[in-house]
Amino acid sequence: MSEIVEQASARGLRASREPEWRQLEALVIKAEKKSPRAFTDEELMALPVLYRSALSSLSVARETSLDLELITYLEGLCARAYFFVYGVRTSFWKRLQTFFTRDWAEAVRSLWRETLVSLALVLVGGIVGFMLVSADPLWFDIFVPEALAQGRNFSASPDLLRQTLYDKGPSDWLAMFATFLFTHNSQVAIFCFALGFAFGVPTAFLLIYNGGMAGAFFALFASHGLGAELAGWMMIHGTTEFFAIILAGAAGLKIGWSVVFPGNRSRMASATRAGRTAAIAMGGVVVMLFVAGLLEGFGRQLVTSDTLRFAIAIGMLLLWLAFYYLPRGRAHG
Amino acid sequence: MADYADHHREHERRTRRSLVTPEGVDLSLRLADAGQRLSAFLIDYLLMMAILVGATILIFVSGISGGPAYFQLLGIIWLIGFFLLRNGYFIIMETGPRAATFGKRIVGLRVVARSGGRLTADAVIARNLMREIEVYLPLSFLGMNAARGLADTAATLFGFGWACIFLFFPLFNRDRLRVGDLVAGTWVINAPRRKLGVDLLGQEQRGPKLVFTDQQLDVYGQFELQTLEQVLRTANAEAMATVADSIRVKIGAWDNVPDAEFLAAYYEALRARLERNLLFGKRRLDKHDR
Repeated sequence: MSEIVEQASARGLRASREPEWRQLEALVIKAEKKSPRAFTDEELMALPVLYRSALSSLSVARETSLDLELITYLEGLCARAYFFVYGVRTSFWKRLQTFFTRDWAEAVRSLWRETLVSLALVLVGGIVGFMLVSADPLWFDIFVPEALAQGRNFSASPDLLRQTLYDKGPSDWLAMFATFLFTHNSQVAIFCFALGFAFGVPTAFLLIYNGGMAGAFFALFASHGLGAELAGWMMIHGTTEFFAIILAGAAGLKIGWSVVFPGNRSRMASATRAGRTAAIAMGGVVVMLFVAGLLEGFGRQLVTSDTLRFAIAIGMLLLWLAFYYLPRGRAHG
Repeated sequence: MADYADHHREHERRTRRSLVTPEGVDLSLRLADAGQRLSAFLIDYLLMMAILVGATILIFVSGISGGPAYFQLLGIIWLIGFFLLRNGYFIIMETGPRAATFGKRIVGLRVVARSGGRLTADAVIARNLMREIEVYLPLSFLGMNAARGLADTAATLFGFGWACIFLFFPLFNRDRLRVGDLVAGTWVINAPRRKLGVDLLGQEQRGPKLVFTDQQLDVYGQFELQTLEQVLRTANAEAMATVADSIRVKIGAWDNVPDAEFLAAYYEALRARLERNLLFGKRRLDKHDR
């Protein structure tokens, strides 16, 4: 009688299975530290077998043993092995590749409704900003913070304003400037996205405000007859940058919308679904802002011809639109 | 005293989440608590700060000797590096096979998809971009307040209060989700690497073998047994004395045997009895369970 008990009890389990657990533990530690390529063929073959054996040990231990140490150990070991055996297969770089060939454009395309709303918000902001500043120049200081205006306000002479549009600036620092713009704008865009969680309200405010700022600038330059020139100056990178910010806003609105109107799902499940698509789109937004930073830092300071500026602006816009919305076959991924 | 065992079970129920593997075994994962999450984050934050300060000093020192073009290059490296560190550190670390940053590794945590499926890169990106409003926003409010002085205190306080909702979000739901976890469909579990300690059963017996009657063993159940196991493993003389005394009072014998010896013998006898009953399908959860 007591022999049977002994056989089936934890002591028997430990004695007969412990070497396998140790083997599995060593493999899991290796997997957590190195890439799967570090494994030999034998080790890869052994892993699932050892994992299932450990799982069955856990089942046996739970039913027959009161050794808390053993059960806790096996639970931990099995969980860690589970996440490796059923874990992520694709490497980070492989994932990056599918992001560029497929996921990015798909995610942006699926946001088309929010993108239109987001665009409308920016336009409304722009029109309101333009009209308010045209009616009363005092509004300008409200829309544009002093640090950003850098002396470009209604007390500035037309010559000074013209100068800001075509001055080459300290060209030594262009690259640095471009980098700064990129990191700064990306942070703003990420912010725009993250704020979407609060039902999208702060995102909408940010979009309107950004539109308003552009509208105010436009009103200032237009009052001196420099409207078209400003458009060239702003749009060379602006088509890319505004598009990116509109997409970031759309991603934020998508999450906000899914929280407010979850449909058949629970609010949580709905937010999760929206969050994942939106996150991919955000990865694309950062890439767009990188391009915008280059255009703004280099392109704008080096290219001073209005025609060329407009050509680049429209070219970039068409490029993005084609990339996102043109139907594509499987061959393109 | 039923409270202890009940409280323990209630705690287990609240902190454990079932995850049934395709093989049909419930892994019963343990959620990380708020303290563990916070300490993991603080470790990561300090590490990022250390990297940032170290890299800045290094870049500045190496830039002094070079010309302006060289200095500009270093400036670009610094800006991009800062951006990557701020946004990429968490994302790249958590998409790895260990699904945890250095801080989480030290504390023994990992990020897991709530559905039990595989953790996708999208989920990791989503949960970490949300950090922007959870951590950096409150921080920047604090910074702004310090910079502006008291001029805008009311507005800053309002903003800070709003940001605090996100900051303390994990404390207000039972899954300890932060907003990022909520949006990404993830949660953070505690699955530390641990060594298997020796079995307390079948250790070398010192002194004479103690024999207990069934009545003396029927006093306790599984919960008490496992509490006793922890006391024996910790081997704190004071705790052992307290436990030994209360058991002696309960079963009314062995005042003359040293604490450690008595407890080890009682543990062994109790476990053998409870495990034998277990084989016959009788699990006695605690001393009140008949």
